[in-house]
Amino acid sequence: MTWKQRFTSSVGKKLVMAFTGLFLILFLIVHMYLNAQIFLPEGKEKFLAGAHFMGTNPLTRILEIGLVLGFALHIIQGLMLWSQNKKKRSAGRYEVNAGNATSKWYSRSMGLLGTLVLLFLIMHTAHFWIPNRANQFMTGEEIDLYEKMALVFENPIIVALYVLGCASLCFHLVHGFYSAFQTLGMGTSRYKQMISNIGIAFSIIVCLVFALMPIAFHFNILLG
Amino acid sequence: MEHYNMNLTLKVWKQKNGKTAGRFETYQVKDISSEMSFLEMFDVLNEQLIAEGKEPVAFDHDCREGICGMCSMYINGRAHGPWTHNTTCQLHMREYKDGDTIVVEPWRADAFPVIKDLVVNRSAFDHIIQAGGYVSVNTGNAQDANSLPIEKLKADDAFAAAACIGCGACVAACPNASAMLFLSAKVSHLAQLPQGDVERKDRVVNMVNQMDKEGFGSCTNIGACEAECPKGISLENIARLNREYIGATFAGK
Repeated sequence: MTWKQRFTSSVGKKLVMAFTGLFLILFLIVHMYLNAQIFLPEGKEKFLAGAHFMGTNPLTRILEIGLVLGFALHIIQGLMLWSQNKKKRSAGRYEVNAGNATSKWYSRSMGLLGTLVLLFLIMHTAHFWIPNRANQFMTGEEIDLYEKMALVFENPIIVALYVLGCASLCFHLVHGFYSAFQTLGMGTSRYKQMISNIGIAFSIIVCLVFALMPIAFHFNILLG
Repeated sequence: MEHYNMNLTLKVWKQKNGKTAGRFETYQVKDISSEMSFLEMFDVLNEQLIAEGKEPVAFDHDCREGICGMCSMYINGRAHGPWTHNTTCQLHMREYKDGDTIVVEPWRADAFPVIKDLVVNRSAFDHIIQAGGYVSVNTGNAQDANSLPIEKLKADDAFAAAACIGCGACVAACPNASAMLFLSAKVSHLAQLPQGDVERKDRVVNMVNQMDKEGFGSCTNIGACEAECPKGISLENIARLNREYIGATFAGK
């Protein structure tokens, strides 16, 4: 087996999705922890100190390159899987489908959910990450991301889009979290239910905390 | 349970061969006993069609006792019909009531081309099994079973995986038309026993490669296969297959 086969076989493709997916889950935890500082008293100072560290520390900047690569691999492999798998029933599809009787809708819709998350990601990076790094590159100065959030989340449509993006992410994670551990061979009868439950709890907590941020800014209910 | 008779409308997939396009044909069957099996109901339909001078519906069947894996109908959107841990031949008409319409389709997957009507070619499964390898060595009489101790839990797991009858319901039910559950059952029942241990690493790699060549989709852990498997093959086997594959990678296979 060549290295190419290892990652392009049908098991190899799952492994790519699982490794990159778990890496992105780790990123989500760090991202959530840092941004959740805004909910604390003197949240603005705490959040900006964290953002400054993440934006200027050489180690996190190097990890950032890995993060971009992780996103790219996960997105490209996911879209490829989606289009390849759709073609495996080209001779004809079923007249009647089992639907939710045999599987969960979000497990069958990972391609669609992932695409929604990708669209959200494009909007989200266009709001914060890209302008901040562009400014750093050109002037060497970071922008005040706290003020930027307050500005962006004045618009109720943007707030609604962020909440919808978090909802898509939540269902994507409910399947993705369990699926990653199953792919790494941990889906045994002893651990399967536990992993699935942790995955559901994790998805709900992460997406709820993220969704509360635009809402809190929009209705101005932060402690400052 | 009370015995009753019913009249049914059947929408059945008719297709002359793999090259021509298929379509649904609607048939009426009368006085079907609730105690008939689903295939007996099809026998009644075919007798009726032959008497009318029409061509009967081709469908696969053999043992009709749920152990051979030949029957393969996709009934109202469910592989082997609505009952769990059940084959089409063991589905009985008491599931239905008078006036019901039943849609019957073949397994649909590019790796399982239609031969005729409801009959599909499942040779791809044979090729995967062949890729697993075999030995034909004259070793004399079988040795005493007790001279080859196997842990109870492993023996049970291996036996549960070996219960796979290769019917293809997993592929039929999978939105991706993936054969991963079938493959994982075949890998699992050999890898856990001392007889299969020697070649386990080569076997898993060869079988995965063969599966990919046959044109099945990739597994995305949806789980419809496990829900539809007539023999209750567990997704745990897919987790084991992944462990075997990762292990083979580290072993440089």
